[in-house]
Amino acid sequence: MTTITHPAYVTQSEELYDKGLDPQVARRLIKFILPYKWQLLFSAALMLVATASSVIGPYLVKIAIDDGLNAHNPLVLRNTALVYLAAAIIRWGFIYWRVKIMALVGQSVIYDLRKMLFAHLQRLSLGFYSRYSVGRVITRVINDVETLREFITWAVLAIARDLFALVGIIIAMLTLNAKLSLITFITIPLMVLATRIYRRSARLAYRKVRAAISWVNSVLAENINGIRVVQAFSRQTHNYQHFSQVTNRYHLQTLLHAAKVAATFMPIVDILGALATAAVVYIGGTAVLGESITAGVLVGFVLYIDRYFDPIRDLSRRFDTLQSAMAGGERILALLDMEVEVNDSASALELPAIRGDVRFDQLSFHYSDDPTLVLRDISLSVPAGSTVALVGETGAGKTTLVKLLSRFMDPTSGRLLVDGHDLRDITQNSLRRQMGVVLQDPFLFNGTVKENIKFGRLDATDAEVQAAAQAVGAHEFILRLKNGYETSVEEGGVMLSVGQRQLISFARALLADPRILVLDEATSSVDTQTEQIIQKALARLFQGRTSFVIAHRLSTITSADLIVVVEGGSISEQGTHAELLAHQGKYFALYQTGFQE
Amino acid sequence: MSIFRLRFAIKPYLIQIAFSALNLLGLTALSLYMPRIMRDLIDNGLARGDSRLIIQSALLLLGLGLLTAALSGLQRYLSEWIAGHVGYDLRNKLYDHIQNLSFSFHDHAQTGQLISRCIEDVRAVQNFIGGSVVELAQLVFLIVGAISIMLSTNVTLTLIGIIPIFPMVWMTFDFGNRITAMFFNVDNRLGDLSARLQENVSGVQVVRAFARENYEMERFDESNRAYYDARIRVISTWAVVMPTTDFLVTICTILILWFGGSMVLRGELSVGELVAFNAYILMLAAPAQQLTNLVNAAGEASAGAQRALEVLDTPAEIASPAEAVNLPALRGEVEFRGVALKYQDEKQASLAEVNLRVAPNQLVALIGATGSGKTSLVNLIPRFYDVTEGTVLVDGVDVRRADLPSLRRQIGLVLQTSLLFSDSIKANIAYGRPDASDEEIFAAARAAQAHEFILGFPEGYETLVGERGVTLSGGQRQRVAIARALLMNPRILILDDSLSSVDTQTERLIQEALDQLMEGRTTFVIAHRLSTVRRADLIVVMDQGQIVETGTHVELLARGGLYKEIHDIQLSG
Repeated sequence: MTTITHPAYVTQSEELYDKGLDPQVARRLIKFILPYKWQLLFSAALMLVATASSVIGPYLVKIAIDDGLNAHNPLVLRNTALVYLAAAIIRWGFIYWRVKIMALVGQSVIYDLRKMLFAHLQRLSLGFYSRYSVGRVITRVINDVETLREFITWAVLAIARDLFALVGIIIAMLTLNAKLSLITFITIPLMVLATRIYRRSARLAYRKVRAAISWVNSVLAENINGIRVVQAFSRQTHNYQHFSQVTNRYHLQTLLHAAKVAATFMPIVDILGALATAAVVYIGGTAVLGESITAGVLVGFVLYIDRYFDPIRDLSRRFDTLQSAMAGGERILALLDMEVEVNDSASALELPAIRGDVRFDQLSFHYSDDPTLVLRDISLSVPAGSTVALVGETGAGKTTLVKLLSRFMDPTSGRLLVDGHDLRDITQNSLRRQMGVVLQDPFLFNGTVKENIKFGRLDATDAEVQAAAQAVGAHEFILRLKNGYETSVEEGGVMLSVGQRQLISFARALLADPRILVLDEATSSVDTQTEQIIQKALARLFQGRTSFVIAHRLSTITSADLIVVVEGGSISEQGTHAELLAHQGKYFALYQTGFQE
Repeated sequence: MSIFRLRFAIKPYLIQIAFSALNLLGLTALSLYMPRIMRDLIDNGLARGDSRLIIQSALLLLGLGLLTAALSGLQRYLSEWIAGHVGYDLRNKLYDHIQNLSFSFHDHAQTGQLISRCIEDVRAVQNFIGGSVVELAQLVFLIVGAISIMLSTNVTLTLIGIIPIFPMVWMTFDFGNRITAMFFNVDNRLGDLSARLQENVSGVQVVRAFARENYEMERFDESNRAYYDARIRVISTWAVVMPTTDFLVTICTILILWFGGSMVLRGELSVGELVAFNAYILMLAAPAQQLTNLVNAAGEASAGAQRALEVLDTPAEIASPAEAVNLPALRGEVEFRGVALKYQDEKQASLAEVNLRVAPNQLVALIGATGSGKTSLVNLIPRFYDVTEGTVLVDGVDVRRADLPSLRRQIGLVLQTSLLFSDSIKANIAYGRPDASDEEIFAAARAAQAHEFILGFPEGYETLVGERGVTLSGGQRQRVAIARALLMNPRILILDDSLSSVDTQTERLIQEALDQLMEGRTTFVIAHRLSTVRRADLIVVMDQGQIVETGTHVELLARGGLYKEIHDIQLSG
């Protein structure tokens, strides 16, 4: 088999990273379980009893053989059977309650944890989302938490049970016969050694398998997303060759290697078990002949050897779960530790109903991880109700300006005032409830057209929704959709054209009826009729509120009350269309090259 | 069960499977033989004081133990090998099928769904074949073997001892039936939870802008709670079944001890036989306990197989016909003859009564409102969809008769959103012709006005783009896509002329690149700019799926129809 080299990123993914028991991570994870400590203690107690009743089994068999059968005493036989039965019944109840309680605890912890993560995600600033992809967020909240769930609900107790059982069995064996026990225990160091070696190679092998599957995953994702290009360029044969001979084959190779590692180690436990049994039979058997032990002891002992190796085998398997749970836990904690950059201050006030005066007061801004000023000394007064067109080249700082207005971030110096209130002194919610934002690429949620418009105001009636759609000129095309307002728009609104998505987002903003509107005008060209409808809709949107538009269309710009030219992070000119043209500066130059045809 | 329909997947490995079964048979025989050694040891060795027999037994136990270890290691590798290969084949098959499925399938399919079929569902099938099938086979061997040995020792005791096994098996199957549906529910709830999260994160700006965080938290909480409930339901069932199986196993031992013990006292059974008996019963009981897991895995694998088969069963509607015409180098004549198109699940036809003839090397501009059918029309030329009525002819050949690659390789396509793959820029340009020389690639990039900015990157043409490489701007992506189309040197070119998110200067660059691209080919442009439209040899005005006017700019203006109306609006805007 030829070795396949995978791209470097395959092994660099943070999902592959695993680690042993990190006390600090463990301590913080345990905090999530603490609210349920009584339930936990109770189920540990239940387990202790259940384990004891299981350990006692072979001992009862020994008594039955030695004192009942060999001593010809039917009474002992009957009593042993009855005790055994009683132990089994107790065990049933205890296991039932233990499983049930633990499941409730585990599930509740997971529920709490997800809730906490989601709430945290709702507070993290937008800067976070530009660094952290959607896929990673989902892996954290869904996959990593699932790993942790498995660990809490099954592994924690299984490990405890295995340890209890091991201790119980060792005690039982020692009670039965110290010499035979010691013979069995000789295998322990061998077992530890073998486990250590196995764990190291298995960890490496399984990490490769995970890396391989994530490679398969990304190749699949890319080709399915780009299926139209794949087919348009007739790449199917070539892509299939690559997939089957490289990506998928690499996965097969890693899988087979891991299988080889496991197949080498697993028999070692069996071999040690066989060694122990043979030794016990030989030495124990000779002892029976010498009458120092009974046949029952020997039988009971061999039964214990079987049970003795089970928890050991199980424990070495659980260690993998522990590792991935720890790694997942650490990634979850890292997400929870992400700082919320924009916080309501403790004394933040609810912003009362505003008129819509906006004032930028010597405001400067740079990102926390980059000292280059993005905005420099911005001062701008906008009276309530006026429309401001922001123009300038890509990267001049227009978007940053409006993001500060929505308080997606805070200015580095200077102030931003709405109706005289510094934005940092009021709650984010009370500000945003009175603001509307329309993005360049309108995002629609999976749901009906109606639900998407209603997102602007949840308690709106159907009539209000329709009125908003009518006002922006979306009503007609919505009615032409398969189920009208009840048409589902599907993932990202793929069923609708760009122009239609824009109109829906306009209706959404209009329904919210904000005092201040921020609009990032779309640049993509749409057909002439739709363009006309959009122009009208914009005029309707701007009516009676303070509006900031990152403008691309000439018609939008010329009809604005105030045009602000942003250049290299500062305002270079401001005024009306006529004033700025007369000024013959930057605006004049931009106007001449044509904003958009 | 759907899993049986996957027989084709294991066919190539019948020899390995047979070998594995043989190996398994050996393993089972070994484990069935073990209790006999103990019986002989007690009854003959210990009772009669035969020390030679004790050594013999110990050596036998050791030897057979080693053999068991070796065989079980082999078994493990064998089954993983078979499972790995079956999974590999199945995944290849799925991949190839998916990438050949038609656009109309992909229009409605969700990427995440398809990926999870190739990965999770194949894994479920693979796990079942690798682990559970083997266990199932072993179980059958064990049950048959153990019961016959027990029957040969003592019929009465056998019949008494296996009584608890019956309710156990019944309970397991009943549990299996119920748990499959429950797990299905759990998976769906987790899917919902993940979808809700995905949407929230993708739309984070909208959520923030409208201050809808609390509303979103409520909605998330609903899904979170539903998932919690679904899990608890599964575990509540499990909490009953698990200890009950355990309980029934213990009952087996108690029955053997009680009735067998009485037999020993009456002299009908030896102590050794009793111990061996107990071992056999435990041997039966352990797999019966495993049955719960097995039934579980079988249900999961069957559900996985069903989902995988669902994809494989979807016919690739658009494929080269049996006796396909291998198209020679095209002249570039395109004709639509009485074409109608209705997408599945759509109420109205997207195209109706379309008749259009385009001579080689003509520049055709398509204009009309959103949804008027422009994109639908051009999608018919590379046969991304099949017409519902009529014929689309390229150089006089019905596209449905043409060999698909020979058709598509001669058609260049530049879409509105230029999708690039995470690979080097060079590989992206050479996407349609992986064998292109560096000179050809550079030439295409130059013509597409992309050469300069590509060389601006430290690694030039080897620069990686996409998720793990550099992020190209919209205008840069578009130019790479144009170079990609140029390199194909297509005879027919299809352009979606709507440029998004580029500044005026970039737009001019792209325009120049496009002009270069259009030269000397039949070109269809979905046009928004008057400058493009004006130059066209043929302007096609579309409205509600029909061609309402055709002609040159001058002709159409003179006619005073829809074209003039659009033209006037644009000028005044």
